[in-house]
Amino acid sequence: MTEIKLIYFAWVRERIGLAEERVDVPHSVATVAELASWLQGRGEEYAYAFENPAIVRAAIDRKHVKPDATIAGAREIAFFPPMTGG
Amino acid sequence: MQPRLIFRVQAEPFDLAQEVKALAAIGDDVGAVASFTGYCRSEGGRLAALELEHYPGMAEEEIGRVVQDAVTRWPLSGLTVIHRFGMMRPGDGIVLVVTASSHRTAAFEAAEFLMDYLKTRAPFWKKEHRADGSIGEWVEAKDFDDKAAERWQTLG
Repeated sequence: MTEIKLIYFAWVRERIGLAEERVDVPHSVATVAELASWLQGRGEEYAYAFENPAIVRAAIDRKHVKPDATIAGAREIAFFPPMTGG
Repeated sequence: MQPRLIFRVQAEPFDLAQEVKALAAIGDDVGAVASFTGYCRSEGGRLAALELEHYPGMAEEEIGRVVQDAVTRWPLSGLTVIHRFGMMRPGDGIVLVVTASSHRTAAFEAAEFLMDYLKTRAPFWKKEHRADGSIGEWVEAKDFDDKAAERWQTLG
């Protein structure tokens, strides 16, 4: 298990009901997509947040990443909807 | 000379005239200053406000990466990017981009590039607050914005 800080924004945060948390992630979870899918199994709030995982974006240590990015060595992983700033 | 780069994420309002003046005054080689301001609108009276959430830390870093990208693509004397967060009322400025260069093409193009990339890469999210007092939806990302950002990849 590896402890990782997870941060959520916008409707991902609202659906999960948490802004951030520290989670022990099993070593078998290797990528961002696998992490999202593992989180889906943690409860109905998570299942709702990741019901359409293809539209949830992620950042590792404050940099945008693709779903196949490896999470090894990550300190902080954020999940959020497509951005709507500007 | 190194371009003068200013980028900030803040709750406070910004002053367009002041930012343009500051950038125009950075040197004798500035021949063109272009600016873009994005405002909160009411959508025909439907909205009372837009609430902007951001990812502190990453917002500044991501804007910094987009700014670096802009100065490697265009010969700019300087640029200013200010993105606000918090509650915005209709008419409030949300984002400001000011670019300075010797000639207008670089200033215009860099300002458009910065906006297109900020829209799709800077970690900000807008939530609607309706005029009737209820909390509305999160604004959905537009396919148009992705396409606008993508076109720089082929042009660049």
